[in-house]
Amino acid sequence: MPKLRIIKFHESINEAMTIAMKSNRKVLCFGLGVDDPKRIFNTTKNLKEKFGANRVFDTPTSENAMTGVGIGLSLQGYLPVMVHQRFDFFLLAMDQLVNGAAKWFYMFGGQKNVPITIRLIVGRGWGQGPTHSQSLHSWFAHIPGLKVVMPSSAHDAKGLLLSSIFDKNPVIFIEHRWLHNTTSFVPKEKYFIPLSKSNIVKKGSDITIVANSYMTLEAIKASEFLEINKISIEIIDLRTISPIDYSTIYKSVKKTKKLLVLDISNEKFGIAAEIVSNITINLFKYLKIPPAIIASPNAPTPTSFALTKNFYPTHKEIIIKIFEMNNRKLNKNNIPKNKNLHDVPGEWFKGPF
Amino acid sequence: MILIREVEESIALKYSENKMRCPTHLCIGQEAISSGVSLNLRPIDTVVSTHRSHGHYLGKGGNLGKMIAEIYGKTDGCSKGYGGSMHLIDLDVNFMGSTAIVGNSMPVGVGLALSSKLENYKSISCIYFGEGCTEEGIFSESINFAIVSNLPALFVCENNFYSVYSDLKPRQPKNRKIHKMVSAMGIKTFYADGNKVLDVYKTTNKAIKYIKKYKKPVFLEFATYRWREHCGPNYDNSIGYRTEKEFAKWKNKDPINEFKNYLVKNKIINANLIDKFYLSTNRKVARAFKFAEKSNFPSEKDLFKNIYA
Ligand SMILES: Cc1ncc(C[n+]2csc(CCOP(=O)(O)OP(=O)(O)O)c2C)c(N)n1
Repeated sequence: MPKLRIIKFHESINEAMTIAMKSNRKVLCFGLGVDDPKRIFNTTKNLKEKFGANRVFDTPTSENAMTGVGIGLSLQGYLPVMVHQRFDFFLLAMDQLVNGAAKWFYMFGGQKNVPITIRLIVGRGWGQGPTHSQSLHSWFAHIPGLKVVMPSSAHDAKGLLLSSIFDKNPVIFIEHRWLHNTTSFVPKEKYFIPLSKSNIVKKGSDITIVANSYMTLEAIKASEFLEINKISIEIIDLRTISPIDYSTIYKSVKKTKKLLVLDISNEKFGIAAEIVSNITINLFKYLKIPPAIIASPNAPTPTSFALTKNFYPTHKEIIIKIFEMNNRKLNKNNIPKNKNLHDVPGEWFKGPF
Repeated sequence: MILIREVEESIALKYSENKMRCPTHLCIGQEAISSGVSLNLRPIDTVVSTHRSHGHYLGKGGNLGKMIAEIYGKTDGCSKGYGGSMHLIDLDVNFMGSTAIVGNSMPVGVGLALSSKLENYKSISCIYFGEGCTEEGIFSESINFAIVSNLPALFVCENNFYSVYSDLKPRQPKNRKIHKMVSAMGIKTFYADGNKVLDVYKTTNKAIKYIKKYKKPVFLEFATYRWREHCGPNYDNSIGYRTEKEFAKWKNKDPINEFKNYLVKNKIINANLIDKFYLSTNRKVARAFKFAEKSNFPSEKDLFKNIYA
């Protein structure tokens, strides 16, 4: 048996970048701060030293133009990986992304594809507030031509990032800031995890949970308590939210006949609503009870510590909902409590961003 | 200047108590710009600003207690706890808002200038931003519109040479003078040492006279330096993106010390008076923190309160 190597999510991203750049000289990495002392929360560590300033470079504060520059590079066979420390900063680049990158292959009759990868980091906690903690992945999923990838573990991050970089299409690769310090088994060698294929994180029979990104961790946390209480849940981590892998969800829902969808962002008009609608349309006759969604409320993220107290759903809300959906009584006091304050993932993170 | 400095130092000191739980960008070292510009603004003039706006807010006369309460996330905060340090507002003094996305508030300031033009140029719209903002497309779009529309806009660029941990090298050509570049767009520009409050004051004064006389916008560039880390309360010269030597050079040019020395040397006021001023300022700052600490947290159901007007 190979020795298990446990590393952090940010190290695994760094490893994927290193492998990609080593294996193909056309892979580039740029964005505000990729070569600064903090190296995008360590994810771009040593890249400049290893691959030089031509391939790893800081940019002006020009998100829109730099996205177009990425498109131009990709038209000549380069594989640019662009990085933004917050999802929100990338919103300046919507024209280049939506009217450009997403359409290029289609509107020129399939002659030139745009293989760019855009890494976006979603903020959370410590008062990140209305403009530093949005995850608008569902916007991007709405746009044909874009792929939207949301890893939930260090293991997946490496394989998914490598697949994203070498994919022929524009890929939005979304990293949750609270995942950066999580650890998991990550093989040392190069490996690819296919895009548009979800992952059954846990097999079960009573209910299907579809999750993405950080919410997968909350689902896993909930499953431990549910297991003790003899409720068997099947957790599907989407990995790629668009194009979505419905076949895995269909198979699971046909088996469990119940569906709960989790999302890290607002509840309404998002990926969770899309999945619930699709399943209701296509598997209505299999469903024993109406599907449900757990996600953030449809409000901007407020800044105040007090206002964010219950903003982000946790394992607790998942447990309560699943007991309800399985017609079971629950003493809420028995649910294990988080030991951290609600606005930090652990001791390692104390803001400021 | 002293008020801004003492407020920022107090935030830095207390930040580690973990009660100010939001990204906070201090302007220590850059106070002369807020002070020198603000002294030229009338109450009716409007201001918009960026993530680093404490000085601009206080300079315009923004309520100190409400600003600290905002950083504490309390109901008495100037944005009632919804916005935090990066989203300040005080409508009583026409501080119209500071926002956290680079370039975001700039065209809004131009809109304020257009509204003033429509009302017979009744006010001036002061628009603060850093040199990082000049790299965004919206920068030239905003200035261009202000020029072609003859708007009473005062663009104030605080050039502190860094965008987070990035120096100018990858971002702008060597020897670029931002004010000269912008001047070529067809707008009147001035440049001054942003650490000399008198220079800032006089330059702004000229600019405002120009705006009023010609009914045209003006662009100001002030050179300055941020002492502490980009975001947060600490010093960070040790992490390697700038040198201790460079920092020391600028610290030597402390805007407050320079002005103090000037005042005392020229016998304009005596040192005692300055000390007294420090005392009263510190009392004021302490009161503001007490006010913030005592203020209530918003209730959870207020989450949905201000989504639609
Ligand atoms: C569109 C956008 N890109 C990136 C950021 C991240 N960011 C926050 S402050 C900042 C520095 C901007 O530098 P400058 O405008 O010179 O202001 P300074 O921080 O020096 O006061 C950056 C890049 C952001 N807030 N918005």
